[in-house]
Amino acid sequence: MIILFRHVLRKLAVVFLCCGAVLKAGPALAQNPPSAGEGVLSFALSPEPPFLLSAINTTLQMGMVTSKVMESLLYLDTALALQPQLAQSWSVSADGRSYTFKLRPNVKWHDGKPFTSADVRFTVMEVLKKLHPRGRSSFAKVVSVETPDPLTAVIKLSQAAPPMLTALASGYESPMVPAHLFEGTDIAANPFISKPVGTGPFVFKEWKKGSHIVLERNPNYWRPGKPALQRIVFRIINDASARAAGLETGELQIGGLSPIPLTDLARIANSPVLSIEKRGYAYMSPFILMEVNLRRPPLNDVRVRQAIAHAIDRQRLTQIVWMGYGEPAVSPIPSSVTTFHSKDIPKYEFDPEKAKKLLDEVGLKPGAGGWRFKMTHDFVPLGSDYQRTGEFIKQSLARVGIEVELRSQDLPTYLRRVYTDYDFDTTSLFYGAFADPTQGVQRLFWSKSIQKGVVYTNPTDYRSPEMDRIIESAQSEADPAKRKALYLEMQRLAMTDLPIIPLMETRFTTVASRKLKNHTISADGVIGGNFADAYFEK
Amino acid sequence: MTITWRLPQAARMVARRLLKALPLLLAVVIFNFILLKLAPGDAAEVLAGESGAATPEYLAELRARFGLDRPIHIQLGSYVWQLAQLDLGYSFRHNQSVLQLILGRLPATLLLMASGLLVAVTLGAWLGVMASRKVNSLRDNLISLFAMLAFATPVFWMGLMMIVLFSVHLGWLPSSGMETIAAGHQGLTRVLDVARHMIMPVATLSLFYVALYTRVMRASMLEVFNQDYVTTARAKGLSERRITFRHVLRNALLPVATLVGVQIGGMLGGSVLVETVFSWPGLGRLAFEAVFQRDINLLLGILLLCSFVVILANIAVDLAYSWLDPRIRRS
Repeated sequence: MIILFRHVLRKLAVVFLCCGAVLKAGPALAQNPPSAGEGVLSFALSPEPPFLLSAINTTLQMGMVTSKVMESLLYLDTALALQPQLAQSWSVSADGRSYTFKLRPNVKWHDGKPFTSADVRFTVMEVLKKLHPRGRSSFAKVVSVETPDPLTAVIKLSQAAPPMLTALASGYESPMVPAHLFEGTDIAANPFISKPVGTGPFVFKEWKKGSHIVLERNPNYWRPGKPALQRIVFRIINDASARAAGLETGELQIGGLSPIPLTDLARIANSPVLSIEKRGYAYMSPFILMEVNLRRPPLNDVRVRQAIAHAIDRQRLTQIVWMGYGEPAVSPIPSSVTTFHSKDIPKYEFDPEKAKKLLDEVGLKPGAGGWRFKMTHDFVPLGSDYQRTGEFIKQSLARVGIEVELRSQDLPTYLRRVYTDYDFDTTSLFYGAFADPTQGVQRLFWSKSIQKGVVYTNPTDYRSPEMDRIIESAQSEADPAKRKALYLEMQRLAMTDLPIIPLMETRFTTVASRKLKNHTISADGVIGGNFADAYFEK
Repeated sequence: MTITWRLPQAARMVARRLLKALPLLLAVVIFNFILLKLAPGDAAEVLAGESGAATPEYLAELRARFGLDRPIHIQLGSYVWQLAQLDLGYSFRHNQSVLQLILGRLPATLLLMASGLLVAVTLGAWLGVMASRKVNSLRDNLISLFAMLAFATPVFWMGLMMIVLFSVHLGWLPSSGMETIAAGHQGLTRVLDVARHMIMPVATLSLFYVALYTRVMRASMLEVFNQDYVTTARAKGLSERRITFRHVLRNALLPVATLVGVQIGGMLGGSVLVETVFSWPGLGRLAFEAVFQRDINLLLGILLLCSFVVILANIAVDLAYSWLDPRIRRS
């Protein structure tokens, strides 16, 4: 109901904004951004993160804040190539079981203590491996971290684990945590998770819950002369229309993760003061997919799932519902993950007649009212765009005789229904594929990932010994070529068995003042980038 | 009628009412607790859901930390026991005590509510009186038209429209927030800064109530104007102005006072919309978000506080009655 309400609210706003655009007389467009040039950046943030330590909670909005304060050993540039950050250089042993990092000298935590290999050991062994929601699998093979001297850290593995470097290369995914403040404490209850201390270009100053978070320039940053900005103010603005207004008036200069409704974006695209940036989301590689509950007949018949895949026009979904901010998806590994993505796999082109024929074959003939069978569809309640995706699916499937009942609910209800009660037929949701398939994609297909009660695991009940073999071999395959071949096999099998139907690769947008430069220079963009190079053009 | 006999009686009344409120507050706590527990999903799932990944160990650890692994009746029992010791508990979501969170947000909400109420009552009463003095005149019709429009306009729509007009197009007022952050304003500059941020939220919040009070006040004034004692006053040759303000207004205020008492609770709820549209860092939004985060401790704390405020407001209104109408005091 709330979703619906927000939807109506947004629509009303759009109607009025359009009228407003017509009524507007003369060059009355907003004043100059009040703080541009003075080096104060106002950053729209929503929803408010629960605390500020992305090493133990991977909420993207939390990363937006903490990545400016805390840094990682490495980072991925926009071309997904590894670059040095807190580690100056790194090397991998021939057997792939030993990673040596040479740390940057003279790096200090914000409280003046030096950053050393002991911090790396503590972060990897005690924080990322034990508490990070994805880290438990990313760092599963890590046995120990040796610290021969303060500037050398050696990560020892039981087996080769090629995805580990990618996991270490984001200020959002794996920020280094100060051992001297957290060691020996209950980390999740440590007060420093709400007032972060890092090595980054900005120092945490103040957090007024429900209003704002203030970061100040770090005068002792290890890169002399950086950062250029004096201060970053994160303003918590939960209403999408209010964010749009704030960006247009210049009160806000940047917002990430598609801060304004798609319906407003067309207007913003023509704005002389705002720019739209689509890069900076490759690390998360977000995509939308449909999960099908294989416990429920007739959905357990692969031909029915093929029929559904043939009945949905993904090109139109992208153009109409998502206004072109996306790409029709063909594989569970999105095309942004260039290393592993393949198009040489079974395809399900839009073909309603073929869908009808498949359903006929199964014996699902049109009955009363032309319906072949009825199923439910739960869309993830993350806003009106996802609701309209659900509506699009309902309409598409109606054309081939499948009656769809759309169900709307709030997020906790949705999560409980899909991942604990398994009380769904189909669901469409937003998913992060991440730069390495072990981080995001494997959980969709791995039978060991069927974990009742755990959110974002495998809810479809898809089990295949062949798939398990491929996934488990790829986890520890050190040869990049063989690894790539394994993931090609995985994509082929996934699209043959079709427990999930890829719908669209999401293209998130960052909306920023045209005067703000260098805000997106890494694969994790505004979410994991530290903004040391960001500046306002005069 | 002297102060000396009125105070003890009033004090006794307040004490009696507060005592009666205790079981009511307990009922509020238990009812809300059960209601919230009936909603599917818990705080641990939401936290994991927002972070986009989880393992069974992670969830189990969160549940143990939040105390969600205990049976529900024990959770309720320990919560009530905590309350008995005047401890509102801890919000695991925010890593802060509930009291600290509420006190952090309360000033913003009270500022918004008190200003909204003040504007609504004064403006509403004044417009009502103006309308009633010359019934069916042009002035009366204009005021009634305004009241109709304001009554029918959805609060959030009004808020958004004002933002579009005054912030985006004219650039006169800030579109959101309570003050210019980290601008280092002190003293009078800060007061003026907050006042500038308040204009649109207060206008939005009070508009509906202005309309309501205008209409109630007008009707109530007209009713009192028809009473015999007003005719007597006219016969005595008192001026119309003196009759209106000295004799009619005071009696006509009673229904408005009743409404204000009832609506203080409603305003706490209604401020959610205004707080969301204007990103006002108040209690309404905190409560609203707590629902979606299944942050039961926090939500119960806020609901309890709101019930308490409503009870206090009703007592205050009853006291105001006896000041407005001495007959009520005697009965």
